[in-house]
Amino acid sequence: MQIELTINEKAVKWEVAFDELLADTLRSHGFLSIKTACDTSCCGLCTVWIDGKSRLSCSILSLQAHGKKITTIEGLPKEAEEFAQILSAEGAEQCGFCSPGFIMSVLAMKNELVNPSEEEIIHYLTGNLCRCTGYMGQLRAIKTFLGVV
Amino acid sequence: MKSVGHSIRKIDGMAIATGKPVYTEDLAMDNALVVKILRSPHAYAKIRSIDLSKAESLEGVECILTYQDVPNARFTLAGQSYPEPSPYDRLILDQIVRYVGDEVAIIAAVDEKTALLAMKKIKVEYEVMEPVLDFEQAIGHSSVVHPEEDSSCNFEIGLNKEKNIASSYHEEVGDVEEEFKRCAVVVEDVYYPQAQAHTMMETYRAFSYLDHTGRLIVVSSTQVPFHIRRQLARALQIPASKIRVIKPRIGGGFGGKQTGAGDVFAALVTLKTGKPALIIYDRKETFSCTTSRHAMRLRVKLGADQDGIIRAIDMQVLSDTGAYGEHAPTVLGCVGHYTLPLYNKTRAVRFDGYAVYTNKMPAGAFRGYGATQGTFALESIVNKLAERLKLDPTEIRLKNISKVGETFLTGQGVMLGSTSLDQCILRGKELIGWDEKFPRREVGPNKVRAVGMAITMQGSGIANIGTASAEIRLNDDGNFTLLTGATDMGTGCDTILSQMAAEILEIPMEIIIVNAGDTDTSPYDPGSYASSTTYVAGTAVVKAAEELKSKILAQSAAFLGVTRGDVELNGLAVRTLSGNQEISFAKLAELTILGTGKLQLVGYATHGSEVSPPPYVAGFAEVEVDRETGKVELIDYVAVIDCGTVINPNLARIQAEGGIAQGIGMALYEQVRYDELGKMATNTFMQYKIPTRKDVGKVRIEFEASYEPTGPFGAKSIGEVVANTPPPAISHAIYNAVGVRENHLPITPEKVFLGMQK
Repeated sequence: MQIELTINEKAVKWEVAFDELLADTLRSHGFLSIKTACDTSCCGLCTVWIDGKSRLSCSILSLQAHGKKITTIEGLPKEAEEFAQILSAEGAEQCGFCSPGFIMSVLAMKNELVNPSEEEIIHYLTGNLCRCTGYMGQLRAIKTFLGVV
Repeated sequence: MKSVGHSIRKIDGMAIATGKPVYTEDLAMDNALVVKILRSPHAYAKIRSIDLSKAESLEGVECILTYQDVPNARFTLAGQSYPEPSPYDRLILDQIVRYVGDEVAIIAAVDEKTALLAMKKIKVEYEVMEPVLDFEQAIGHSSVVHPEEDSSCNFEIGLNKEKNIASSYHEEVGDVEEEFKRCAVVVEDVYYPQAQAHTMMETYRAFSYLDHTGRLIVVSSTQVPFHIRRQLARALQIPASKIRVIKPRIGGGFGGKQTGAGDVFAALVTLKTGKPALIIYDRKETFSCTTSRHAMRLRVKLGADQDGIIRAIDMQVLSDTGAYGEHAPTVLGCVGHYTLPLYNKTRAVRFDGYAVYTNKMPAGAFRGYGATQGTFALESIVNKLAERLKLDPTEIRLKNISKVGETFLTGQGVMLGSTSLDQCILRGKELIGWDEKFPRREVGPNKVRAVGMAITMQGSGIANIGTASAEIRLNDDGNFTLLTGATDMGTGCDTILSQMAAEILEIPMEIIIVNAGDTDTSPYDPGSYASSTTYVAGTAVVKAAEELKSKILAQSAAFLGVTRGDVELNGLAVRTLSGNQEISFAKLAELTILGTGKLQLVGYATHGSEVSPPPYVAGFAEVEVDRETGKVELIDYVAVIDCGTVINPNLARIQAEGGIAQGIGMALYEQVRYDELGKMATNTFMQYKIPTRKDVGKVRIEFEASYEPTGPFGAKSIGEVVANTPPPAISHAIYNAVGVRENHLPITPEKVFLGMQK
């Protein structure tokens, strides 16, 4: 069936199956930043924005995206690059596989939280798993990015 | 130094962080067949019959392969230098299935839905047999996991199939029993580290196709492209020259991707159909149908004199290798190799080990590779010894650790070339606030805080086995290409190796093109494992760069009409010492490659090391334990590291923080459970808890650089050693807090709570 949505500010009409997940639909349309890694809504790798809020694209049927505004990291080149520069200066992207979803969460957090404490940052991002870095380098990068101590 | 020693951003960092399509799945062709595996529901069974008729008749099913369709050559999935020490004990598909999840049939279809539907329509009749599930009951069990006649070993590894022993290892110097009698204090205990899962974020995957000459191309998320090529050649019974393995960016490995998984199934489909094929393991398959750390039982006995000098160590190890013997003998051996040299005042040591087959998921390589398990046991018992002797745990280490120039009993005379472990201990002690905090402080009516510590070592490469080659060319436009078979898995070795090349050639990294991890174009490298890359491949790069530098100077001198001794590098040029004449690299390239020179300048080197110098870590944990619930909160973890010269401080720091976090997971959270029929129950992140950012507390890293004379710029390794200290240090802290010695990992609140009731 056909859905209409906005993807990275562009209106599209896509043919999707009734049981198709948004993460798979996005990948099949070339948004290859979308990674999936858990099948149980635990890891946060597939994070995109739906109407500006960060959401797990693996846990939403594509049908539910009908009429919505979807943003992937491909749609935020400037903001993503700005944070990725800081993240990779720390070396905290490591394998990079979790980074796009993580960056989408960080950018959403920046929009939502004003001057967050370390605790609030950690709490906001708990759903983004990383097995490489041990999280400390990511936290250093976020603090630099947000200009908080 | 301009490049080495600086925190240079990874050369692939921006691309991978912002989601550019550079991983295996991103590179697969859209029309690739989707490969799925039908897996055994039984822990131990023989296939009586397989009915494919309904599945094969489905539209879109391209092929279904069973044990009747595969070559009859046993092989190992372990990615090791040839001749592999791991037994050749598996077929691509076998009539006998040896664990829940073992492969029964390979299904290739036009899409995933069709493949999964076909899987449901395959009817298999099994003759179910009694499985060996408890590894402590494996030796002499009435069921034999490998009854086949045709499994084999490249050399003697102590395999005894009839008794379910995959490998055995014995090493003894001096008379341990006699020495224990002379000791003032003898302590012993038994430790059970679990079969930890790697849980790299990118699950196992590969895609394959035939190229324009009919060769098999396999793009694989692997740490060991050259080993995968050899493995495929043996398993598929085709010449290695007909196979090319390419490693793109990979989403983590931690040793997991030192063992093959899935490549051979996709490759077989491509060979049978001539079509591209893509296999992606889902998370459940990754948890329950690949490999894990070896679960072990370690009995350790330690004897010391009245002054706390350790005189005798006895280690008896039982290692659960599961259904197949990937890495069974080597991980077993490394338990002793990477722990016994820590304390070299011993007069006698004994190591007795067996790796046993069971009907569970195979174990394999995992960051730490036996050292992790051995460190948990040895460091825990050293902490127990310290308590018995009323010695500070840091003091007993300082009294016993090896010093530069010293040897150790089982070390065959090899002298220690570098260590700053004593400094690591002293600095760590200071950072954690040991003197104020040891052993415990009450911080509330039911809360107590305590500290614990442990030290560890690893190797750097495999002495006399691991060899790496590297090539550096001066290109036609004055740029350089570094060709290496080392496999960056996110660790940053493409960057670190080019830092080293840039340092020697005195050039900026930006003009070095790194081409790595492709068996067609890369010089041979065993791959990224055994803490090899910086130390072994790094030295190969240094040597290749030095050779190229020498050629550049000689050729430039010839063009400038002066002697070799009269020129030096100067930016992107060579000039005479007087500064009168200069020739740029671009001009030199033009004259040698395009013009009359007829000699493209290339530096090439192969390097292997006769020693495997140990990096060290001193780890300190501070925990808070709730006496009412047994909940353990990790407050602070300090790790002070000697990895020799730190080539790239930020990348080394991230490696260390990540390794510590994995160790924290192993110590506190990552529980592996099987049900009574041998099915793994902890096969998703819902059941198997890796640390989130709320679970790791604060991890602090410092480096105490030493200088390793055999390493590139004085460097040793760092990748593995960092994973080892958390289990014993955290366990020690918990004991100091509430007096509970929990020797079965992970140390969950339930275990602490029940321990406090005793």
